[in-house]
Amino acid sequence: MKNPYKTQNIAFFFLFLATLLIVIPVGLIIVIIIQKGLPAINWQFLSDIPRQGMRAGGIFPAIVGTLYLVIGAIIFALPIGLLAAIYLSEYAKDNLLTRIVKLAIVNLAGVPSVVYGLFGLALFVVFLKFGASILAGSLTLGIMILPVIITTSREALESVPQSFREVSLSLGVSKWQTIRHIVLPNAIPGILTGTILGLGRAAGETAPILFTVAAFYLPQLPKSIFDQAMALPYHLYVISTQVPNVDEKIRYGTALVLLTLVLFVNLIAIIIRYKFRKKKKW
Amino acid sequence: MVKFEIRDLNIWFSSIHALKQVNMEIQANEILSVIGPANSGKTTFLRTLNRLNDLNTNFRMNGAVELEREDIKRIDVEVLRRKIGMVFALPLPLPLSIFENVAYGIRMHGERNKKRLEEKVGEALQQAYLWEEVKGRLDESAFTLSGGQQQRLCIARTLAVDPEVILFDEPCSGLDPISTAKVEDTMIKLKERYAIVLVTNNVKQAARVGDRTAFFLNGELIEIDRTDKIFTAPLDKRTDGYIRGKFG
Repeated sequence: MKNPYKTQNIAFFFLFLATLLIVIPVGLIIVIIIQKGLPAINWQFLSDIPRQGMRAGGIFPAIVGTLYLVIGAIIFALPIGLLAAIYLSEYAKDNLLTRIVKLAIVNLAGVPSVVYGLFGLALFVVFLKFGASILAGSLTLGIMILPVIITTSREALESVPQSFREVSLSLGVSKWQTIRHIVLPNAIPGILTGTILGLGRAAGETAPILFTVAAFYLPQLPKSIFDQAMALPYHLYVISTQVPNVDEKIRYGTALVLLTLVLFVNLIAIIIRYKFRKKKKW
Repeated sequence: MVKFEIRDLNIWFSSIHALKQVNMEIQANEILSVIGPANSGKTTFLRTLNRLNDLNTNFRMNGAVELEREDIKRIDVEVLRRKIGMVFALPLPLPLSIFENVAYGIRMHGERNKKRLEEKVGEALQQAYLWEEVKGRLDESAFTLSGGQQQRLCIARTLAVDPEVILFDEPCSGLDPISTAKVEDTMIKLKERYAIVLVTNNVKQAARVGDRTAFFLNGELIEIDRTDKIFTAPLDKRTDGYIRGKFG
C-alpha cells in the first residue's frame, strides 16, 4: 500500500513550487528594471520635457499626460460602473435583458485592448469629432476599465450579507435607503479596490491610447481636454522602437517610472482593503 | 381584538407547496406560539405577515391575509413593515454602534432631532431590558455585546419604530438558557402592548410563554388552541406526538 503521507508531501511540494514560480517573474521584472533604470532617475528626468529627439531631457509631459488620462477615465467609468453594479446586484430581476447585460460585461472584459483603440478612434475621434484628444483617450480607457469596475463593485455589493438587507427592510426602511445606508457603506472597500485596480490598468495600457490621444512628441503640456497628450506607455513604445539610438537607461528609466506608478496605485488598493478588512465586524 | 385574519392561505416557492390552506386569527395582546418540525412552514408563515417572502423571486401566494381588516397586499409595504416588527433567528446587529442600531429605523423614517432620537433609543432599550447593561457604552460597536445582549438589542431596534405586532423567528435558537430566559421575560412583558407571534423549535418555550399555540406540519395548520389545551388535551394525534417528542 502506498504511504498517504508521502503522497501528500509530494503534492504539497508541487503546489508550493507552482506558487513560488509566480514570484520569480515578478521579482525578475522589478529587479531588472530597477537595475537598468535607476541610474536615469533624477529630478531633471522627472520634471523636464524630452530633448534632442527624445534622446535626452525628461519625461514630464508623459507623466502628466498619463495622470490626466487616468483621472479622466475614472471620472467617466466610476459613476457609470457603480450605478450599473448597483442596478445589477440590487434591482435587476433575472431575465433575458439582465443576462444579456451580464454577458456583455463579460465580453467587454475580454475584448483585446487594441480593439478598444480602434473603437475609440471610430467613435470618439472621428464620429464625435473629438479629434485625437485627452477626452477621446479618457473615454476609451474608461470603457476599457468599465468591466473591472462593474464586476468588482458587484462582488463587493453582493458580499454584504443578505441578512443586513432583510433587517433593514423589516424595519420598514425603503429599499433605496437600505442600499444607501447599509449596503453601500459596507461595500465601499471592495468598490474602491476595484476602481484602483482599473486605474492601474488604465495607466499602463498602450493600445487604447495609440489612436485616440497619444502624441509622438509634444514638448509642452496639454492645455485642454481637446489637446493631444504624451503618455508613459506610448512614450516607452516610441523610444524603444521608433527612435534610433536612445540610451538604454532612458528607456528603462521610463519603464521604471511607469511601473512605480502602477505598483503605487495597486499598493494603495491593498492598503485600503487591508484597513477596511480589519474594521469589518461580521 | 383580532389583529390578523388569515383565510385560505396557500404559498408556493417554485413548485414547492410551502403552506396549505391555512385559516387562523391572531389576537392583539397575546403571544401566539407557532411550533412544528423543520420544513413545516412556520417561518414561511411568519414571513408572510410582514411580506418578507416577497423578496424571494419564486414566491407565490393566494388567499387573504388581513391586518385589521385590510388586505396586507394593499398596504404600502414599508408602512406594513413598520407596523409589523421582526426579530430574527440569529442576533443580527447592523454594523453600527449600539445607539445607531436602535436609532437606525427611526432615523430612516425621518427623525432628525437628536434629543428625540436619544429619548426613543433609551425607551426602546429599557423596554428590551438592555438599558442597564449598555447605558454607559452606547457608542461601542454592537458586535462587542454578547449573543443574548445582541438579541435584546435587536428587540430594542424593532421596538424603536413603534410596531403593533412583533414577529419572533426562533429568537433563542442561538442563545444560552440564561439569555433565553431574559428574552422570554421580555416577550411576556411586551405582550401588554403588542401582539406577538413566536415561531419556536423549542416546545417547552411555547408552553412557557404562549397564550395560544399553533402546530404546523408539512405546511398544514394542524391545530390551534389555548396553550394549556394543546399541551394537555390536543385534538389531533399528530400534535400529541410532536409535543411528546415522538417525532420532529
